[in-house]
Amino acid sequence: MTKKPKVFLFVPYLLWLALFVIIPLFLILYQSFFDIHGQFTFGNIVEYFTSGTYLSMTLSSFFYAFLITLVTLVISYPAAYLLTRLKRKQLWMLLLILPTWINVLLKAYAFIGIFSQSGSVNDFLAFIGVGRQQILFTDASFLLVATYIEIPFMLLPIYNAIEEIHPSYVSASRDLGASQWETFRRVIFPLSLSGVRSGVQAVFIPSLSLFMLTRLIAGNRVITLGTAIEQHFLVTQNWGMGSTIGVVLIIIMVLIMLLTGERKKGAAK
Amino acid sequence: MAENTIIRFEDVSKRYDEMEVLKSVSFDIERGKFYTLLGPSGCGKTTILNLIAGFTDATNGDILIDGKKVNDVPPNKRKVNTVFQDYALFPHMNVFENIAFGLRIKKMNQKTIEQKVSEALRMMRLEGYANRDISEMSGGQRQRVAIARALVNEPDVLLLDEPLSALDLKLRTEMQYELRELQQRLGITFIFVTHDQEEALAMSDEIFVMKEGEIVQSGTPVDIYDEPINRYVADFIGESNIVEGTMVEDYRVAFGGKVFECVDGGMRPNERVEVVVRPEDLILTSPGRGNLVVKIDTQLFRGVHYEIIGYDEEGNEWMVHSTRRAIVGEQVGLSFEPQDIHVMRFDETEEEFDARIETYTEEGERV
Repeated sequence: MTKKPKVFLFVPYLLWLALFVIIPLFLILYQSFFDIHGQFTFGNIVEYFTSGTYLSMTLSSFFYAFLITLVTLVISYPAAYLLTRLKRKQLWMLLLILPTWINVLLKAYAFIGIFSQSGSVNDFLAFIGVGRQQILFTDASFLLVATYIEIPFMLLPIYNAIEEIHPSYVSASRDLGASQWETFRRVIFPLSLSGVRSGVQAVFIPSLSLFMLTRLIAGNRVITLGTAIEQHFLVTQNWGMGSTIGVVLIIIMVLIMLLTGERKKGAAK
Repeated sequence: MAENTIIRFEDVSKRYDEMEVLKSVSFDIERGKFYTLLGPSGCGKTTILNLIAGFTDATNGDILIDGKKVNDVPPNKRKVNTVFQDYALFPHMNVFENIAFGLRIKKMNQKTIEQKVSEALRMMRLEGYANRDISEMSGGQRQRVAIARALVNEPDVLLLDEPLSALDLKLRTEMQYELRELQQRLGITFIFVTHDQEEALAMSDEIFVMKEGEIVQSGTPVDIYDEPINRYVADFIGESNIVEGTMVEDYRVAFGGKVFECVDGGMRPNERVEVVVRPEDLILTSPGRGNLVVKIDTQLFRGVHYEIIGYDEEGNEWMVHSTRRAIVGEQVGLSFEPQDIHVMRFDETEEEFDARIETYTEEGERV
């Protein structure tokens, strides 16, 4: 066996990677050094870190991403744990993953229908006598829809991590005197942390740059870095500033990946 | 119930859906002895272990530990600890924390825990390994950690589920000595599950030979080796020559075309029986002096002895273990003593077997 055929198999992906990941990354970096008139400048990055608008936008992006991740985690962990204990877990998992097969935009529009003044939720509220409320374009509705969309990405890695825990660890813990709760706390939860980590990565990072939901569901009341990038490219045509925000976002993402990444030592089995 | 009984099974059966893995089993386990459950995979031996530990529930029957019915007692409330086949050491804890696990659950103070764990480490000759990760330990060391983790809780009974099967031969033999020695020093009951008859014979005070969810025979290693109840046990425990024969009368059995004196009795006259002679009890001699004459068919050198296969004139196969070489194709004599012959009846249960031995054996003759 030579190594040649293996390298050959990698070529299509390598091309893809170069064309759509590596080159665009450099283009963004390059673009971020030009102002709106096409002049080379460091002004964009200086402006980012000195302007209150961008910093508060960064903060609010983090805040919402954190909230979305937290709520998703709180909902997904017990669900994933329960799933591993069910008889037909594959089927249940499929049902929970199913929503990811539908386009995010479609789901967003569906929620507009559900939450709007004449939507089904308000119909129900009117019916029980509470009266119609403003649900759409609130922080709460944004959080709810974002969480709904992200849940499968948190659920799956946690479910897999719990599934991988050998049942004999649970038996051993019980054998050594631990109750079910203690077994969960001392054995199952620590051993499932790798799944939690991947889930947090998979949810937190994309949540930093959500922009469609901020407009459709939050009515631009929530403005994240994603919104800002979109506005710069499509409305103000300030590609340089848009790219700068993009670069900052990428750096933050890499930092988070490093921070939550799997620690090699001790994790091996 | 005898005062010495620590575990009792009363007509315990276990069914998974349609599969009956344990068929109404009853036995007593005494304090301070080394028991072995021996049988092929799927015979129900691990099920018995799981029932004692509390990992599964009995379908029928009662399980008593120390005189108390424990059918509804969860595993964490039983004074029993297990050494698992795959050791099940927690990968997110180091050696110290693995061993300390049970003590931390009991909320002992840090000082007591440290003292007890280091004692356990010393007992299992693991000093200096306390801060190692489990992934850094070898198979034999992991085994020791698993035993230490169980014993540090001072259980009444230690359950061992084929703990030696993952080790290489040399380490396995070493651990056999160590386990036996440990059990005698601590004086607690060990229940050891294995499919390896050598392990069972070497370590046990008492062996339960199992087949298809039933205990076929129980007794000391010597009893079971010398007086297997049927072909299954004789075959499972050690090598044996099993030939068909006829019990002419008490103490006289016919096989291989001749009638021999033996020490068994209590059968009907001229009953069809099976006769067991162990290969190491057969001595090669000249054709004239032997009790039987066989023609040597094959010979294998096994290191400690030659394994020689020959056929008598009736066509029965005889295996001989001899330190002397034989010559393939030659006629040789096989000599053996009356006490080397063991006669087995077809379809005899353990109770019938024991009762029959009572009737014809004088006191103290049975070893």
